[in-house]
Amino acid sequence: MNLRPGGGDGRLPAAFMTTGSSSFTEFIGAHAPELLPSRRLLPVGGTFEAPHGTTIVTLTYDGGIVMAGDRRATMGNLIANRDMNKVFAADQYSAVGIAGTAGLAIEIVKLFQVELEHYEKIEGTLLSLEGKANRLATMIRSNLAMAMQGLAVVPMFAGFDLPTMAGRIFSYDVSGGCYEEHDHHSVGSGSLFARGAMKKLWHTGMDSPAAVRVAVEALYDAADDDSATGGPDLSRRIWPTLAVVDADGLRFLDDDTLASVVEQIVADRRGNPGGAR
Amino acid sequence: MNMPFYVSPEQLMKDRADYARKGIARGRSVVVLGYDRGIAFVAENPSRALHKISEIYDRIAFAAAGKYNEFENLRVAGVRYADLRGYSYDRSDVTARGLANAYAQTLGTVFTQESKPYEVEIVVAEVGVNAEQDQIYRLTYDGSVADEQGFIAMGGAGEQITAGLQERWTPGMTLGDALALAVDLLGHDPAGGPARTLSGKQLEVAVLDRARPRRTFRRLAGPLLEALLNSEDPTTDVPAEDDLAPGRHDTLTGQNPPADKRESNPS
Repeated sequence: MNLRPGGGDGRLPAAFMTTGSSSFTEFIGAHAPELLPSRRLLPVGGTFEAPHGTTIVTLTYDGGIVMAGDRRATMGNLIANRDMNKVFAADQYSAVGIAGTAGLAIEIVKLFQVELEHYEKIEGTLLSLEGKANRLATMIRSNLAMAMQGLAVVPMFAGFDLPTMAGRIFSYDVSGGCYEEHDHHSVGSGSLFARGAMKKLWHTGMDSPAAVRVAVEALYDAADDDSATGGPDLSRRIWPTLAVVDADGLRFLDDDTLASVVEQIVADRRGNPGGAR
Repeated sequence: MNMPFYVSPEQLMKDRADYARKGIARGRSVVVLGYDRGIAFVAENPSRALHKISEIYDRIAFAAAGKYNEFENLRVAGVRYADLRGYSYDRSDVTARGLANAYAQTLGTVFTQESKPYEVEIVVAEVGVNAEQDQIYRLTYDGSVADEQGFIAMGGAGEQITAGLQERWTPGMTLGDALALAVDLLGHDPAGGPARTLSGKQLEVAVLDRARPRRTFRRLAGPLLEALLNSEDPTTDVPAEDDLAPGRHDTLTGQNPPADKRESNPS
């Protein structure tokens, strides 16, 4: 990689001065391709275990979206990390959550964040929400070879769409397919249970505290039945990561707010473990 | 065999320098000056879309005078340089000094090797944790770099404005005073004609606000800019929080004022 400017004469290399592209990924693809997550060379045949991120849930409410993820990463039967963050701010108006091979996924998120900021600075305007979702799809698509060797990354993308002033959710498959989801969605090992929970708990006309509660409850139900999803850890005070995106932008909920939501759910489920209403 | 006319290297360099200087002198001026809570950038530029002042990275901004297509090319290269460095190392490893060096090499090579030098003068500024750590670099068409203290003026009336700044700029000025000084100096006619009063609409104004986390670059416009320029208005600094309007949060207009105004609790 050529970080020191210039070849022989010290000036910025030609790739820096070429006009036209406002994509950071295209720029490093031309100038420093070894920095792209998908350009890694893998040994043929062998399989190995890398930490895996688990469950992410997203749902819309009146005026925005909520995205939440548990904090566990697993490696086979072991817990690789109990306080990993798997929900990230992609930019001011969108969040991205990841399931799958954690190392690779975090690298893709990091590149995606730079991609959006780079576009914003060069063009002087925000990329549309669908534009952002499509950029992420391109990154997942270029990761297909690695997904076939067991290093799959499945993200979920959601954000606030400024022209329609509403929250929107996009899901992906390993081949880079990008699908718009309605109301709610979940990815990762515990997603089956989380989806079941959200199907029963989500309704139209929710406000953001109600949506936060549904998201945390869905993660609770996922952790209840999926060993790879971390439940609320009251003794270590580890709470899910939870991002709210609305017209004002994205914010992560602080620990105290999350603690009260989680403690309320745990108290409500005492003697009623399934949370039946 | 055709023999080219002999031109001495001194003459060649002088011709190129004169050419570049003439191009820059045709453009309107840009002023960069430090204030108590950051660095302010003021340019006379009625366009809302073609910027002379832009964000490069978290604490680094870029200002230019001269030919638009040439400095725009340098700006994009600077954003690529900064984002690549921040992506490969860490956000805190992107510095104005590194970028100024890269620009200096580029401008110097273009000046000696290409058929025509860049007709630009640029400033790369980085806001530090305190005023002593602010860095303002000025780069000229031939690749020379100067590390300036406190203020810089460039473009057509650069020299007269610099003289005015030397006389009237003081460290620790408030943003309101700094902007008023810059706008007053930009309004002077270098040919000695009557001074003009520039309104907010004719100006492009931005700040690197020391107190903001992460991305510190904000453009100033609308009622907020008018209030800052008005010496009778009590507003002397930008609000601590961004406008709540939906959209890109890089411009402070004061149209959706956040609850706490900074000037009410100076600390």
